[in-house]
Amino acid sequence: MLKPDSVAAVPVAQPVARSGAETGYARPRRWGPILENIAAHLVLLVVLAIVLFPVVWIVSMAIDPRNISRPTTLNLIPPGASLDAFKRVLTEPHANNVMFSTMLRNSLIVAVSVSVLVVIFGVSAAYAFARFRFPGRKWGLFMFIAVLMLPSVATLAPLFVLLNRISIPFMDENVRTTLLGVGIAYTSGAMPFAIWNLRGYIDTLPRDLEEAAMVDGATPHQAFVNVVLPLIMPAIAITVLFGFMAAWTEFVLAWTFLTDPSRFTLAMGLNSMVGQYSSNTPWSEFAAMAILITLPVVVLFFMLQRWIVSGLAVGAVKG
Amino acid sequence: MAQQSGTIEGFGTGHQSLWARYKLPILYIFPAALILAIVTLYPIGYQVYLSFTDFALRDLRTGQADWVGLDNYRRILRNQVPLPNFDFWRILVFNFTWTIANVFFHVVIGVAVAVLLNRQGIIGRKLFRAAFVIPWAMPPLVVATIWRNMFDRQFGAINLLLGELGLKSNIDWLGSTTPPIGFLSFLPLAFYAVLIANIWLGWPFMMVIATGALQSIPGDLYEAAHVDGATRWQQFWNITVPLLRPAMVPAIMYGTILTFNQFNVIYFISNGGPLGRTEILVTQAFKLVNPNGLYGLAAAFSIMVFFILLVITLAQNRVARGLEGWSDA
Repeated sequence: MLKPDSVAAVPVAQPVARSGAETGYARPRRWGPILENIAAHLVLLVVLAIVLFPVVWIVSMAIDPRNISRPTTLNLIPPGASLDAFKRVLTEPHANNVMFSTMLRNSLIVAVSVSVLVVIFGVSAAYAFARFRFPGRKWGLFMFIAVLMLPSVATLAPLFVLLNRISIPFMDENVRTTLLGVGIAYTSGAMPFAIWNLRGYIDTLPRDLEEAAMVDGATPHQAFVNVVLPLIMPAIAITVLFGFMAAWTEFVLAWTFLTDPSRFTLAMGLNSMVGQYSSNTPWSEFAAMAILITLPVVVLFFMLQRWIVSGLAVGAVKG
Repeated sequence: MAQQSGTIEGFGTGHQSLWARYKLPILYIFPAALILAIVTLYPIGYQVYLSFTDFALRDLRTGQADWVGLDNYRRILRNQVPLPNFDFWRILVFNFTWTIANVFFHVVIGVAVAVLLNRQGIIGRKLFRAAFVIPWAMPPLVVATIWRNMFDRQFGAINLLLGELGLKSNIDWLGSTTPPIGFLSFLPLAFYAVLIANIWLGWPFMMVIATGALQSIPGDLYEAAHVDGATRWQQFWNITVPLLRPAMVPAIMYGTILTFNQFNVIYFISNGGPLGRTEILVTQAFKLVNPNGLYGLAAAFSIMVFFILLVITLAQNRVARGLEGWSDA
């Protein structure tokens, strides 16, 4: 019954059979991507759980009203959860009688200026290393990365002595004790990576773009500002993020250099809390403070994500 | 016009002065070079000087101390340093193990997650990316303090979690002196604890770099490879990996340097314990300064770290360049 039918059907159904064979072949392919996608999501969720575990732990600590020094159980939401710890951190004076708002202002001043300076100096130096030919180019580039190799813990003493000797005109103090001194140190610390990363990114851009602009009458500066800068936005975004973060979270240098409490940064405030908790830890407040410090960086990353992830350079090369 | 493009290449006509010839590179590099010279090169020079002196706490204000020649270096290599359980070569081996293990996991996890997140049809891509960067965004001090408390034997979240899962829950993460893996007898359990904490802390950086680099890989390449019948695995090794390399090599070098000198995680989580088995060179240098105030000795330590990292970086550069030639051939 079937046999003659199918035989008869063969010539007619040949294209169908071929596409049938194709779908037969493609069936695992059709399901494959979906299964793969589900697997990918599962892996990402597992990674998310691992990443968030300590974060969830510290959040539950921050909203724990008991302000205990040692947690004994693993509670996602502790009994009687409240935001009191956040309120205390934000409104009550910290160690050395500094207010949160003061430290926030100092941290913002330092972190924003450092990220701006790192981008300006870093981009221009990176461009020179990527595009210009001059003697000592490789050697100079290597110098920038070599300075990272000296442990920062070790450069503290010399930098302390140096900045202590430079005083600000008309003000009876030296650079060491000011946010300016700390900011310069951070800028220098963040620059090697900025230069390396930006140079690597500029290297991937075809020179044709700038050459075309210069054939059209642009000066090298104009080619740099109008052609190159818009294309390296992803790398610039990473540099901004990096500079901001380096300044925002650093405390060893700041702790050594700054003496006036009105100039303390948030990371220093947090460090002074750790100092206390060997005896009697305000754990909830430490946790709340940690969250408040981390939040701006996450927000900044979210804001810069569009540039970090966009394929501007690709579009330009293709188009 | 010819003159301008000549300038950008750095080749003058021969009649130009040095300034005219190299004006652009000088102008572009000068600001960055100036800051680095003041804030970094000077301290390095000073550091070299310090390493040949007996500079101590009392000399901090004046900046003067007595010359002792190579004495500091000799003392370090002969383990004549006022630190408990000090053994230079053991610490050096540990420091290398620590760095290699960390960078390996940072890169593998970072690239893997970046590639996963770059797939089509990932729901909540932006939220994942923002959440994954949280470890990197947290102040190192916070991270270290959280993890030290998480590894607490009695109250730590890790043991509490293991207990809830019905597993062994009184593990002495930071204090146990018996090595968990027999043939790696120089690695106490605390090594794996700080390793876990630092992997958690370090992989997002590699993910961000890889994500940035993935965006510049044209999708056509994958389409072409797909048409030619390449599997995803082949596409990954033949398209993704070679094109990620220009961005990842500097990141790996940078990560190696940072991990080799990862002070915060070691100092605040294990504090080098138990019995100094998780000390790295930088934590030892810091302990010489604080509380001992031996700046001269610590400077000699730093100079040694500097040269070790210099050798590693030059070697990595060599290897990276070698690989480049190999894959292009």
